[in-house]
Amino acid sequence: MSNTLGTTWRDRIMSVLADVPDPEVPVVSIVELGIVRDVREAPPAVVLTPTYTGCPATDVIKSSVRRALDSSNFTDVAVETTLTPPWTTDWISDAGREKLRAYGIAPPPHSGSLRARQAPACPRCGSLNTEEISRFGSTPCKALWRCLSCAEPFDHFKCH
Amino acid sequence: MDIKTALFDYLLRLGDDSLILAQRLSAWCGHGPMLEVDLSMSNIGLDLIGQAALFLGYAGEVEGKGRDADKLAFHRDALRFRNCLLVEQPNGDFAQTIARQYVFSTWQRLLFQGLVKSGDPRIAEIAAKALKEIDYHADWSAEWVVRLGDGTAESRDRMIAGFAWMWRFVDELFQVDDVDAAIAKAGIGPSRASLRAGFDAALKKTFDAATLPLMPYPAAVLGGRQGHHSEHLGHLLAEMQFLPRAYPGATW
Repeated sequence: MSNTLGTTWRDRIMSVLADVPDPEVPVVSIVELGIVRDVREAPPAVVLTPTYTGCPATDVIKSSVRRALDSSNFTDVAVETTLTPPWTTDWISDAGREKLRAYGIAPPPHSGSLRARQAPACPRCGSLNTEEISRFGSTPCKALWRCLSCAEPFDHFKCH
Repeated sequence: MDIKTALFDYLLRLGDDSLILAQRLSAWCGHGPMLEVDLSMSNIGLDLIGQAALFLGYAGEVEGKGRDADKLAFHRDALRFRNCLLVEQPNGDFAQTIARQYVFSTWQRLLFQGLVKSGDPRIAEIAAKALKEIDYHADWSAEWVVRLGDGTAESRDRMIAGFAWMWRFVDELFQVDDVDAAIAKAGIGPSRASLRAGFDAALKKTFDAATLPLMPYPAAVLGGRQGHHSEHLGHLLAEMQFLPRAYPGATW
C-alpha cells in the first residue's frame, strides 16, 4: 500500500497521528507519548495502548484519532487498543521529554537509568534540590513536586 | 462447577472489588483532609474504575448474554455483586479509609502478582497493566499507616480504631470456595490461601514501622463472594446506580 509520492501508507498514517495531541498534556502528541503501538496494514488499523487503566483521556484519544483519520480520508482504518505490553514512560520520545520539560512538567527518568531513583530536576531552574509533595497529582500520570531552590511547585511525569 | 461459570464469577469478584472500592473513594473527592490527599484518593479510585471496566467487560464476554461492563455495574442488584465485604465498608474518618485501603491494596498486590502468570492471557495482561498502579496504592497507604500510627496520640488511636473496624473482614480475602478452587486448578489464578503468608509478613513490617500493635483477628465475617453483603452495599448501589436506572440509556 505505498503511493507514488515516495511516502509509504504507514508514513502518511503516522504523520496524521503526529498531529493528534494528548488531551491532558497538549504539548506532546500521542506518538511522542509512546501510546501508538502499531500501524497495521491488513486489516488496516491503528493500535493504541492506554497509559493508565482508568485514565479518562483514553476515550478522548480514541475519538480524536478517529476524527483525524476520517478527515484525512483514512476512513477504512480501524482504531484498536491493546494492553500488552503495558505502556511504560520509557516509550516517551526524547523530543517528547524535552517538550514536557519546556511546558513545566519534569519528564520521567528512563526506568533503567541510575537517575530513576533520584529526584527530578526542576523544569524551571534546573535545580536537583527538589522534593515530592504528593505521589498523585492532577492526572494519573503525574506526581506533585516542589523545587527547594526556586520554590516553584511543579508536576513530575511519574516513571511508570 | 464448569470452568466457564467459575470464570464468570471470578471476573465479577475481581471487577466488583475494584468498582465498589472506587465508588467509596470517589466520595472523598472534595472532602480529603488536604488537597494532595484528595487528589491521591481520586486517582486511586480512577485506577480501580479502570480495572473494574476491564474485568467486567471481559466477564460480560465470557457470560455471552450481551451484557457489557456498564450493564453489569449499573443494572445488577446487591445480591448479584461478588465483591468482598471489606471494600463496601463505610469510609468513616480518614484513618478508617486508610486502614481499608492498606488491607485491600496489600492483598491485591499479592493477588495480582499471581494473576500476571495466569493461564488466561486476557487476565494476565490486565493484571500486568494494573499491577504497576497497585504498587503505588499499596506504598501510598502503607506510608499513611506509618504516619498516622507513629503520629500523635489522636492519630494513633484513630488508626487503631480504623483497623479494628476492618479486621473481621480480612479472613474473607483468603477464603477458598468452589470458584477459587476451580480457578486455581485451571491455572487461571493463585490459590487465595497461598497469599496469606505474604500478607502477614507485609502487615508486620508496616505495623512495626508504625509502632502499632498486631491485633488478634476476631471471628471472620464471610459471605460477600456469595452475594451476602452487609447493609452498606445496598446504600452504596442506590447512589451509584441511580442515574442509569432512572434514565436508561442516558449518555454524556
